[in-house]
Amino acid sequence: MVPLNWYIGLSAVIFMIGVVGFLIRRNILIMLMSIELMLNSVNITLVAFSHYLQDLRGQVLVFFIITVAAAEAAIGLAILISLFRNKAVVHTDEMKEMKG
Amino acid sequence: MLHRLFFGYFAIASVVLSLLIISRKNPVHSVLWMLALFFHIAGIYLFLNAEFIAAVQIILYAGAILVLFLFVVMMLNLKEEVTAERFGDAWPIGIVVGASLLVLVSFAITRLVQGPLGQYSVERIQAMTHTKAIGMVLYTEYLFPFEIASTILLIAIVGAIVLAKKSKD
Repeated sequence: MVPLNWYIGLSAVIFMIGVVGFLIRRNILIMLMSIELMLNSVNITLVAFSHYLQDLRGQVLVFFIITVAAAEAAIGLAILISLFRNKAVVHTDEMKEMKG
Repeated sequence: MLHRLFFGYFAIASVVLSLLIISRKNPVHSVLWMLALFFHIAGIYLFLNAEFIAAVQIILYAGAILVLFLFVVMMLNLKEEVTAERFGDAWPIGIVVGASLLVLVSFAITRLVQGPLGQYSVERIQAMTHTKAIGMVLYTEYLFPFEIASTILLIAIVGAIVLAKKSKD
């Protein structure tokens, strides 16, 4: 059998890749995709714990996390579209209007 | 042994696909690698005896969220993305932050103490099907969070339409 630590380790590595992708990329779309990466890694952890602790509450929480991720992706992309209408670029370092 | 081989393939493929997602110049390529990653994560859920969650992952993530991303990427239609600079100015700091986060989390992983076991063993979930097991827990014990989740989806629908609507002036 696969030990539980392997699943948690895989989830930690994918979460770290999501964090790094969010911090280093300029394109807002890739940043939103890194957020989805982080949410998916947390889902893997929850389902692994739910399997190894023989409880179903982890999977119920995964259900809600997928729902909230869908809602947040929709709103994030709507914000991106209205931002793109004003400035015609999707790079974070060119959004400087609020810089003091 | 076969278990570990399959899990090893899914794990290595997921990590490689995540690295490909965050590093491509063309956003369409990133979205397509994300599709492959979602299928591999659904395979990991099948490994963990969670077939309803695997189906929901493919339907919702690969079928709805990814298509939404692809629509927005195609609609923005940025020709200069393949030649623009990919990484921001502070990219070494980002990698250092990510690596230190991984070191911290690996300390927590090695000191894991498993809690008490619950009642839904693998045999019991397979006897009544997994969908029925999740339904029995979701609609009795977690009914209120379920209603809140539907309110969140309603807010997302209304908010997305309000934000992305063209003003008629």
